[in-house]
Amino acid sequence: MSGHSTYQPQSKFLQWFEKRLPVGGLIHSSFIAYPTPRNLNYLWTFGGILAFMLGVQIITGVVLAMHYTPHVDMAFRSVEGIMRDVNFGWLLRYLHANGASMFFLAVYIHMFRGIYYGSYKEPREVLWILGVIIYLLMMATGFMGYVLVWGQMSFWAATVITNLFSAIPGVGDAIVTWLWGGFAVGNPTLNRFYSLHYLLPFVIAGVVVLHIWALHVAGQNNPTGIEPKSEKDTVAFTPYATVKDGFFMAVFCILYAWFVFYIPNFLGHADNYIPANPAVTPSEIVPEWYYLPFYAILRSIPNKLMGVIALFSSILVLAFIPWLDTSRVRSARYRPLFKQFFWLWVIACIGLGWLGSKQPEGIYVILSRVFTVYYFAFFLIIMPLLGIFEKTKPLPNSISESVLGAKA
Amino acid sequence: MTAKRTILALTLVGAVGGMTLPAKAEEQVTPPRLKWSFSGPFGKYDPAQLQRGFKIYREVCSLCHSMQMVAFRNLAEPGGPGFTEAQAAAVAADAKIKDLDDKGQPIERPGRLADYFPSPFPNDLAAAAVHGVAPPDMSTLAKARTFQRGFPWFVFDVFTQYQEQGPDYIAAYLTGFKDPPAGFALPETGHYNVYFPGHNTAMPPPLQDGQVTYDDGTPTTVAQYSKDVAAFLMWAAEPHLVQRKRIGFQVTIFLIVLAGLMYFTKKKVWHGVEEPSEIAHGQDPKKTTI
Repeated sequence: MSGHSTYQPQSKFLQWFEKRLPVGGLIHSSFIAYPTPRNLNYLWTFGGILAFMLGVQIITGVVLAMHYTPHVDMAFRSVEGIMRDVNFGWLLRYLHANGASMFFLAVYIHMFRGIYYGSYKEPREVLWILGVIIYLLMMATGFMGYVLVWGQMSFWAATVITNLFSAIPGVGDAIVTWLWGGFAVGNPTLNRFYSLHYLLPFVIAGVVVLHIWALHVAGQNNPTGIEPKSEKDTVAFTPYATVKDGFFMAVFCILYAWFVFYIPNFLGHADNYIPANPAVTPSEIVPEWYYLPFYAILRSIPNKLMGVIALFSSILVLAFIPWLDTSRVRSARYRPLFKQFFWLWVIACIGLGWLGSKQPEGIYVILSRVFTVYYFAFFLIIMPLLGIFEKTKPLPNSISESVLGAKA
Repeated sequence: MTAKRTILALTLVGAVGGMTLPAKAEEQVTPPRLKWSFSGPFGKYDPAQLQRGFKIYREVCSLCHSMQMVAFRNLAEPGGPGFTEAQAAAVAADAKIKDLDDKGQPIERPGRLADYFPSPFPNDLAAAAVHGVAPPDMSTLAKARTFQRGFPWFVFDVFTQYQEQGPDYIAAYLTGFKDPPAGFALPETGHYNVYFPGHNTAMPPPLQDGQVTYDDGTPTTVAQYSKDVAAFLMWAAEPHLVQRKRIGFQVTIFLIVLAGLMYFTKKKVWHGVEEPSEIAHGQDPKKTTI
């Protein structure tokens, strides 16, 4: 997308078309000739995997929507109708439900990679912030999709999450009533969640286009964190990146298929096979696994308002890390201290995920607080200070040098 | 993930008017793990077992429990109990279905294949009026019941494909009715069950040895009945399980072959780029692979 396209169509028709709408040149410069660092590892295939998962979710979702009824008395039954009577409806639904989990798994790997290799740093700040926006939209979309099933956990998750807004002083209760479209989670709530669950994936797709655009302006980061300096440092997107992405996408699909066909309900909650019942509170209300770390942060703080602020801050803080990280060296490969703090942070995230599934009592509360403090300290204290105090390892002169060794 | 799963059975009690306080999830007794024909990657329902389970459902469970999402036609569909269409139609004809006649007047007519299983009560309130609490609908019951697996077992479950917590729990529950231990305060309307969370369940023991006759020589014990009806409930909750696992095997093989081909294509394409690194590592480029 950067620079003038060198694309020369062969056929007369394509030449005619290209003069009027240069979409061929756009595709050629973005996905064929686009130079990509030669030293990318398999963690860089997750961008392609995420685009693929978004496509899967939209396609299965559109077909599911043809069979789904967004009404409190019929939603659960219509989902079961899909499972029982729609041809391959069980496949569509399990692809969609497990697809959400795979989508989040891929996005977490994608984000961990970005933080490890410093992909958010200058000149990729906007690229990174667009990613944070996509992640926020994904969370909203995933949550509303989970509610559509209208099982017990759907209903109570909707109640708990919308109630978070009641913590806002003064206007909180009014906002919650407005969100619900009534005085409790009910049919208006289900209807608007359905509408938004259908809308947001297309908003995500739009931001993804911006994300890829920004990527192709700044160029990809790479494991060394130094910019390509000559043609020797890069290879063409096609065939090199396409075939590598394609291979790992196939590997990822094996994992996906394992869940869909053999353990489709492993990541779900058994309570969600009980139709929603506002009169019965489940013994414990837990969100889907991908929200658990944030749920743990929320519950680690005894004050509701402060808990909600911490919950939202834990995501918003990501948008500021291009400026919180003061180090001039991007990749953790050359940052011995950052590397250790990073892995501790990964442990804190996974630990919070585990704690989010536990009852908030005893040792679990204390651990949640320790991990929550570390989660924020990593961004707000460690990142700014490390840039000043850390002694980094010497960087290679170029990407080719790091790949071929100093001799070449 | 599995760890976060709750024990659902509580809901049943709570739903019905809070006869008891739900126990903590951790207090549930772990049901024994049974062998199921439908477990694992090549699992299939055993039609004979599903037919026996259906017999128990029809003669015992259906007197109180509804199963609104299963239709008579399902009984003759592939991957299920394996009834012929004529047999399923005969079962349907035995049922009385509420309908309207041409003049809009309510009537009861014999069931057809397209009809769903009729419910024993017109609504939950009517069921609760008789039983104290409304017996839960059985359509998705086998997927709506589970027990805590805990760490690290839930991690192993990903690899062993253990997905039969529901039928394990139901079979254990049906055999778990005992006299309460000394000092256990059981409410008058409750029944003591080893496996029910909190042990106080609303349902009286539904099965006795010899209660349902089997034509195929299978022992007519509560343990056998429990297993058979749990298998039947699993089918009712997941009627396309056999098709799912069969297609799953084909898809997995396809993907493994695809990934393998893609791997070698990738190696071939990248050879030109990776060759210099092999030279750098002191290898003769002519001897490198592909």
